[in-house]
Amino acid sequence: MIEVEHLTKKYGDLVAVKDLSFKVGKGKIWGLLGPNAAGKTTTMRILTGYLPATEGKATVAGFDVFEQPNDVKRIIGYLPEVVPLYPEMTVSDYLSFVAAIKQVPAAKRRAALERAIEISGLKDARKKLIQTISRGFKQRVGIAQALIHNPDVLVLDEPTIGLDPAQIIQIRGLIKSLKGEHTIILSTHILPEVTQTCDGVAIINEGRLMASGSLEDLTASFREKSGVILKLRKGHEEALAALRELPGVESVARHDGELAVEWSPNKDLREAVAKLVVETGWGLLEMRTESMNIEELYRRIVSGGVEQ
Amino acid sequence: MRNIWSIAKKEIRTYFSTPIAYVVIAVFLILTGFFFYSALWWFNSQAIQMAQNPYYAQQMNINQMVYTPLFNNISIILLLMLPLLTMRLFSEEMKSGTDELLYTSPLSVGQIILGKYLAALVVLATMLGLSGSLSIFTFAFGNPELPQILNGYLGLFLMGAAFIAAGVFFSSLTKNQVVSAILTFGALLLFWILNWASYSASGMWKGVLNYLSIFQHFDDMTRGILDTKDLVYYLSFAFFGLFLTHSVILSRRWR
Repeated sequence: MIEVEHLTKKYGDLVAVKDLSFKVGKGKIWGLLGPNAAGKTTTMRILTGYLPATEGKATVAGFDVFEQPNDVKRIIGYLPEVVPLYPEMTVSDYLSFVAAIKQVPAAKRRAALERAIEISGLKDARKKLIQTISRGFKQRVGIAQALIHNPDVLVLDEPTIGLDPAQIIQIRGLIKSLKGEHTIILSTHILPEVTQTCDGVAIINEGRLMASGSLEDLTASFREKSGVILKLRKGHEEALAALRELPGVESVARHDGELAVEWSPNKDLREAVAKLVVETGWGLLEMRTESMNIEELYRRIVSGGVEQ
Repeated sequence: MRNIWSIAKKEIRTYFSTPIAYVVIAVFLILTGFFFYSALWWFNSQAIQMAQNPYYAQQMNINQMVYTPLFNNISIILLLMLPLLTMRLFSEEMKSGTDELLYTSPLSVGQIILGKYLAALVVLATMLGLSGSLSIFTFAFGNPELPQILNGYLGLFLMGAAFIAAGVFFSSLTKNQVVSAILTFGALLLFWILNWASYSASGMWKGVLNYLSIFQHFDDMTRGILDTKDLVYYLSFAFFGLFLTHSVILSRRWR
C-alpha cells in the first residue's frame, strides 16, 4: 500500500532523512519509531505531499507522491504533529470545511461528518468552538478530520502526544479499531505505542532506517542472538577490544558502563568470555544473560550503541 | 471553482466570526461618514453663499464638490485599512500550522490563493456597499449624477482589489501578521507616491514612474472617467501580486 524507496530529504546542508526504504502492507498499522528529530515528521510530510523529497521515490496505493500528488492526497488522511485547527470555528463547521476541501461530494458531506463524529467520539463537542475544547478533544478533532473522507491510508504524526494516560488508551483503542479498513502509519518516540498498536515497525534514527519488519519477525530475530552483559570495574577499552578479538563473538557494544557481548545462537561462549575477563583482571562485578528484545534494540539505537 | 469557493466561504466566515471584519468595516464607515459629512457641510455653506449669484449657483456641482474629495479620502482609508484585513490570510495559517492541512488536501496552490483573495474582496465590497448608503442623502436633497458615482466606486473597488493582492503577497512572506501589514502598507504607500519621483525624472522614466503610481490612475476615476488604461493597470497589479504569491508558496515548499 505504501512504498518508500531510497528517500532522502535535505534542508540545505542538513540531512533530515537519508536513503530511507520501507513498505507497509494493506490494512496494517505501522509504526515509525525513533527519538525526536529522527526524521519521522519529515518522512510523513513527504508521504502526504506537503514536502517534496530531495531524492528517492514514494508511492501510496500505486500513485507516485511526486508525480500524482492530488491522487495521493485524495486517499490519504493526515494528522500532522501540530493539529491544524481553526480555533474560531465550531467542531462541526471545521469538519464540514475539511470534508469540502478533501473533495467529499456535497451530497455525502452530511453523512461523512456524522460518521467522523461518531468514530472519534465527538458527539458532545460538535457545537463547541474549537478554542474552548480540551487538548484531548482537539486531538480527536484532528483524527476526525483525517478520517472525514474515509481515506484508504491514514498518516498520524504522534497521535497521542500531550495526552493524559486515559486519553492515550482511548486514542490507541480508536486507532486499533480503524485497522483493516484503513492502512495506518503512525509515528511515535514511545516504544509501548508500537508494541501495543502496531503490526510492524520501522525504527529510524538521524534520518536513517535502523531496523524494520513485523513485530514478530523483529522479536524472533533478536531471540536468535545470544550473549551476555558484563559489568566491569575498570579496563573497559581493553576489554572492548579484546572481546571483539575473541573467536565467535559477533559484536560488543558499550552503554551505561556495561558491555553487551553477542554471538551467533549456535554457540555458547559464556565460558570463554568469563575466562578471558577473569584472567585479565578487569574486575568483573557482574555477568548476566539477557535476551535482546525490541526494547533493548530501541534503547541502544537511541543511545547510539548500535553500529550498522 | 468549487474548491476556490470552499476556501473563500471559510475565510469569509472567519472574517465575520472574529471581530476583524466588524472592526474594519465599522471604523471605515465612521471615517467615511465623517468625510462625507464634512464635504457635504462645505458644499452646503458654499451653496448658501452662491445662491446670491445665479451665475455661480449654476457652477455648483455636487459630484465635483462632494464625491471627488470623498473618493480621494476613501482611497486613503483603504490604503490604511486593507493591509489589516489581508495580514492574516497566509501568515496566520503558517503560524498555527494549518497550512499543512491546506497543502495536503487535493487543492492547487492557485485555488487556495484565489479563495482567500475572493474572501477579502467580499469584505471590501461589503465596506464599499455599506458606505454607498450615504448617497441616500445626496439623492434625496440634490441631483448628483449616478454614473459618475458608480464609476468612482468601481475605481475604489479595483484599487482595493489591487491593494488586497499586494496584501496577500506580503502575507505569504511571513508568519508574523504585524510584519505582513507593515510591509503591505509600506509598499502601497510607495506605489502611491511614486509619481512624486517623476517630477525630477526625465524622458522614459517620467512616463514609467507616472504609470506605476496608483494615485495617477485613481485621479481620473474620481472625476468619473473610466479609462481602459487604468483598468488594465489595476487588473495587472492584482494579477502580479497573486502571481508572486503563487511563486513564493511554491518555492518555499521546494526549498
